[in-house]
Amino acid sequence: MSPRLRHGVLYLVLAAATMLAAVAGLGIGPVRLTPVEVWNALGGRGDVTVVAIVRDIRAPRVVLAALVGAALAMSGAALQGTMRNPLAEPYLLGVSGGAAVGAVLAVAGGAPFGLVPVGAFAGAVAAVMLVLGIARAGGRRPDPRVLLMAGVVVGAFANAVIMIALASAPADSVRNALWWMMGSVAGATWVQIGWFAAYGVVSAGALLLFAPEIDVLALGDDAAAGLGVNVDRAGRRAYVIASLLAAATVAAAGLVGFVGLVVPHLVRTRAGSRHRAVIAAAGLAGATLVMLADLVARTLRAPSELPLGAVTALGGVPFFLFQLRRFK
Amino acid sequence: MIRFVDIVVRYPRAAAPAVDGVSFDAPEGTITAIVGPNGSGKSTLVRALLGRVALERGTIEVDGDDASTLDRRVLARRVAVVSQREEPAFPLRVADYVALGRHPHSHLWSAADPAGPTAVARAIDDAEIRPFADRTTEELSGGEWQRVRIARALAQDARALVLDEPTTYLDIAHEMSAFELLDALARRGQAILVVSHQLNLVARFAHRVVLLHRGSVAAAGAPSDVMRGDVLERVYEWPLVVTRDPAVGAPALLPLRGRRIT
Repeated sequence: MSPRLRHGVLYLVLAAATMLAAVAGLGIGPVRLTPVEVWNALGGRGDVTVVAIVRDIRAPRVVLAALVGAALAMSGAALQGTMRNPLAEPYLLGVSGGAAVGAVLAVAGGAPFGLVPVGAFAGAVAAVMLVLGIARAGGRRPDPRVLLMAGVVVGAFANAVIMIALASAPADSVRNALWWMMGSVAGATWVQIGWFAAYGVVSAGALLLFAPEIDVLALGDDAAAGLGVNVDRAGRRAYVIASLLAAATVAAAGLVGFVGLVVPHLVRTRAGSRHRAVIAAAGLAGATLVMLADLVARTLRAPSELPLGAVTALGGVPFFLFQLRRFK
Repeated sequence: MIRFVDIVVRYPRAAAPAVDGVSFDAPEGTITAIVGPNGSGKSTLVRALLGRVALERGTIEVDGDDASTLDRRVLARRVAVVSQREEPAFPLRVADYVALGRHPHSHLWSAADPAGPTAVARAIDDAEIRPFADRTTEELSGGEWQRVRIARALAQDARALVLDEPTTYLDIAHEMSAFELLDALARRGQAILVVSHQLNLVARFAHRVVLLHRGSVAAAGAPSDVMRGDVLERVYEWPLVVTRDPAVGAPALLPLRGRRIT
C-alpha cells in the first residue's frame, strides 16, 4: 500500500471512530437510545424528552469532550515535535500546575465558583509566560531542554503554592477547586462550547499552519537554522500556541491527564512523518478517546461520576505501555 | 560565492577566540576545503555562516550580500548546509526527509512549490539513495544516513553547498562517491565548501585548501601548496611525511608512528 493510500485509510478509520464515539456518547446513559433515535433526536424529531436528553444534556458533554480531547492531543503532538522530546506535553510544561494554582487561588481568595475557570486559564497563561521567562534567563537562547526543565520547576513551584493554599484556606472550598481540577465535562453548556470552539479553532489552525516549521525544528537546531528557520522564534511561537490551546482546555474541563502525552504517540508514524498530518490525526484520535473516557466516567458507577482525568489516566497507562514496546 | 572577511568568533567565557581573523573565498565551480586539527575553528565557521554564533568582528558575504542581514529563507535558498551532527527527534520516511530541503522554497500560506517534486527526485537520484527512499531514517546505516542528509541539502537547490565532515562513517567506496558527487556539483557551477579530516581525499578533489590552526589560517592555496610536510607537522603536532600519490600525483600524507614532537 502506498504511503498516501495508507494515510487516507488512517484518516477514514479515525473519522469513523470519532463518529462512532459520538453516537455512543449520545445514545448511552440512563435512557438508552439506538443510533436511529439519536439521529432523529438531533434533528428535533420524535419524543420531546428524548430530544431534550440528546440535544440539551448529552450533546454539550459529548461535543466539549471531543473538543478538549482534540485540543490536548494536538497540543501534545506539536510540543513533542518542537521540543524534540517524546515526553513533552502541555501539562509537563507548566500548564497544569499554573491552572491548578489559578483555580485554587481564585477559590481561596473568595471568588465565586463560576470564576474558577477564569482563574485556571489565567494561572495557565501565567505559568507559560513564567516558563518562557525562566528559560530565557537561564540560557543565551531558549534550548528545548531548558524549556522542559523550566516547566518542571514551575510545576514544582505550583505544587508548593497549592499546599500552602490547602493549609491556610477553608478546606471545603479548596477541596472543591481541586475536585474541579480533576477534570469533567459534566457542566458543559453551549455558550461555553461556543467560546472554546472559537478559541480552539484559531489556535489549532495556527498550529496546523506552522506545522511545517515544527517538522524542521524536530530535525535539531543546526539543521533547522540551515533550512531558513529562526529556531528560537519558531520554537517559542509553537510552544506558546500549543500551551495556550491546552490552557483553554483546563478552563473548560479541568485537568484531563495523559491525553496530550499518549495520543500523539498512537498516531505518530502511522500518520506519516509530517507534523501537519500527525497533529490532525492526533486531534481526531484525542476527540474519540476523551468522548469514550467521558462515557466511561459517567456510566461505570452511575448515577455517581468518576473524574474524567482519572479515567483518561487509567486508560492511558496501558496504551502507553503498549506504545513503549514499540520503542525497543 | 561565499566570502569570509576577517572573521572573529569568541564563545562566551572563552579566553581565546575560537576563530581569529579568518578570511577566504569559496567561489562557484570549485571545491574549497577547510582542514585543520580538532578544535581549530572549522565547525565554528559553519555555525557562524548559519547565524548560530555571533561574529565579534568581520562579515560573511553570500553572493555579495552580508549574510547576517539576509532573510534566513533567502540565505537558505542560496546556501545549503549539511551540519556535522543531526538526529531527527522522530523517524521520518527518507523521501519526506529529503523533501524538507524544500522548506526555504515553501511559503507559510501556500503549499505551492512547483519546482519541489522535480528537485527532490533529482536530489534522491544524485545522492544515489533511491533504493532506500521508502525506509525510515531509523532504518539506515551510518553511511546511508550521511548520503540522505546530502540529498536533503541538494533538494535545497542552493548555489552553494557547505558540508561539515560529510564522509564521517563512510567506507572507502562511499567516501569516494561522496567526493565524486561534490566534484560533479562543482563542475555544474556550484560553490562547494567542505570541512574534512580526510586530507588525502581533500588533496585529490579540492581546488583550494584552507588550513586552520588555533582559529587562524596557517596556510591557504592549492593542495600542493598547503600540504607540505613542515606545515602540517607544525599544525597537527605529529610527525608525518608527504609523498606523491603514485596513481594521480596528488600530495599524499602519511602520519608516522612515534612520539609526539614538541
